[in-house]
Amino acid sequence: MSITVADVEYVARLARLDLTTGEKELFAGQMDAIFGYVEKLKELDTTGIVPTSHAVPMENAFREDAVQPSIGPEKALANAPGRSGTFYTVPKVIE
Amino acid sequence: MNIFDMTIHELHTALKGKQLSSVEATKAMLERIEAVEPRVGSFITVTPEQALAAAAAADQRIARGECHPLTGIPLAIKDIFLTEGIRTTCGSRILDNFIPPYSATSWEKLRDLGAVLLGKLNQDEFAMGSSNESSAYGSTRNPWDTTRIPGGSSGGSAAAVAARQAIATLGTDTGGSIRQPASHCGCVGLKPTYGRVSRYGVIAYASSLDQVGPLTRDVADCAVMLEAIAGHDPKDSTSVDMPVPGYSAGIANGVKGLKIGLPKEYFIAGLDPDVQKAMDAAIATYRSLGAEFVDISLPHTDYAVATYYLVATAEASSNLARYDGVRFGHRAEADGLLDMYTRSRSEGFGAEVKRRIMLGTYALSSGYYDAYYVKAQKVRTLIMNDFITAFASVDVMLTPVAPTPAFKIGEKVNDPLQMYLSDIFTIPVNLAGTCALSLPAGFSASGLPIGLQLIGKPFGEETILRAGHAFEQATGWHTTKATI
Repeated sequence: MSITVADVEYVARLARLDLTTGEKELFAGQMDAIFGYVEKLKELDTTGIVPTSHAVPMENAFREDAVQPSIGPEKALANAPGRSGTFYTVPKVIE
Repeated sequence: MNIFDMTIHELHTALKGKQLSSVEATKAMLERIEAVEPRVGSFITVTPEQALAAAAAADQRIARGECHPLTGIPLAIKDIFLTEGIRTTCGSRILDNFIPPYSATSWEKLRDLGAVLLGKLNQDEFAMGSSNESSAYGSTRNPWDTTRIPGGSSGGSAAAVAARQAIATLGTDTGGSIRQPASHCGCVGLKPTYGRVSRYGVIAYASSLDQVGPLTRDVADCAVMLEAIAGHDPKDSTSVDMPVPGYSAGIANGVKGLKIGLPKEYFIAGLDPDVQKAMDAAIATYRSLGAEFVDISLPHTDYAVATYYLVATAEASSNLARYDGVRFGHRAEADGLLDMYTRSRSEGFGAEVKRRIMLGTYALSSGYYDAYYVKAQKVRTLIMNDFITAFASVDVMLTPVAPTPAFKIGEKVNDPLQMYLSDIFTIPVNLAGTCALSLPAGFSASGLPIGLQLIGKPFGEETILRAGHAFEQATGWHTTKATI
């Protein structure tokens, strides 16, 4: 396989990352080497093997549907880069 | 004896017997931090005022006769744990100004017992790294040789114990991030079974692998810390509702008749000769203590690193989507919302974090999901099954922690694949979700610490702590101190 700069640009867009030309070239080479290494998993026959998403088998964790104290708007907004009253502000979305 | 050289149990005895106060102990630690920090760089934030206030409160508790083994003990924790009102960066510029509105459960449990927080420890950015070189706050240096890495990602947590800047610390382990730095810095480090300790308030890297654990000077301290932080937490639905044993109670019961497995895939030709020598000596020690050895096989070991770098990066790319400049963290000047997300992330994340987000996004992207992510999850099942099969005939496994002692700062920074391969002996434990202990097992010819890994069955922490304690008492390697 071969990961190109165009592949890197496509993935960076999906990941909401803006990479410099230098980073794109570096990552293309490094990702190519890493995915080349990962190819070794294809040596294994995994037909009929159930995928593991969690090591500890678990059922749903239920709790009482009761109101609990929460941190409230002031604490929640204390780290907001931009706020107006009890809202976060962001750049205009609709022109 | 210097206060900063003490173990938790030694300091506890002194506090309980009123030979020392927590304020005196905390002052001694803060002085020690100031003296050695320029050479080590273990901390991102030191919190002297809060520490002294907490120490004074602990002294009042002790005066009232409330002296839990952790009351008044000065600790430090990795900067991945949320601490209400205290800056928490996770080693990243994107959280440079972040003051959490609540605390991690594991830290809250220690705090409620009266432990004193000295500060927040340096780490690889978002716990992504094996050397602490990806921290946005400068590389931590190994107290045994400051030209070398302390290991990572809990490098500050290990270096602070080795440099005696904290009596004990907390770290997190996703692919070896407690055990590998503990090994490189000559301290004891435990990765508990997945689900044993709450992950609430721990900044997420790879949620199916992340686990909280202690780094300490000896195994007895490790048992005390685990007992304090373990247990079910309603705020972490993956924490397991099982009783917490008294981990300290059976620690001195010895290893007579204990069946120790030696997985042949961990004793490979490329193993550093000094590491091999330390393992041979450890096996001889355990034999003399009455343990029995069994040759075992974990046949899918060679596939673990590839599996990990698909599973962990996929989970990371999803977890780190939350850093978008909207609710907290760095926000870049931008033209429009999409531009704000992209610029905030690109300015805030360092190279290793970007690389792993890219790897994970690629592995999850359309057309590759089944070939990479689902394939890795299936191989993860095979790796777990290896452990289940092998544990049918042994109680614990003995392996090296890392293939070499600590490498030089800068040595692997330009070759991520080589860096990733240095975690080859620790990663399978995270994929299998079980527990493992790293403990000092001697030194290389050039005086660098070498660690021994004891892998336990799921929720078998008592057994590996008992086996670790027996080894430590027989060898005394843990008592050698770094001269820094």
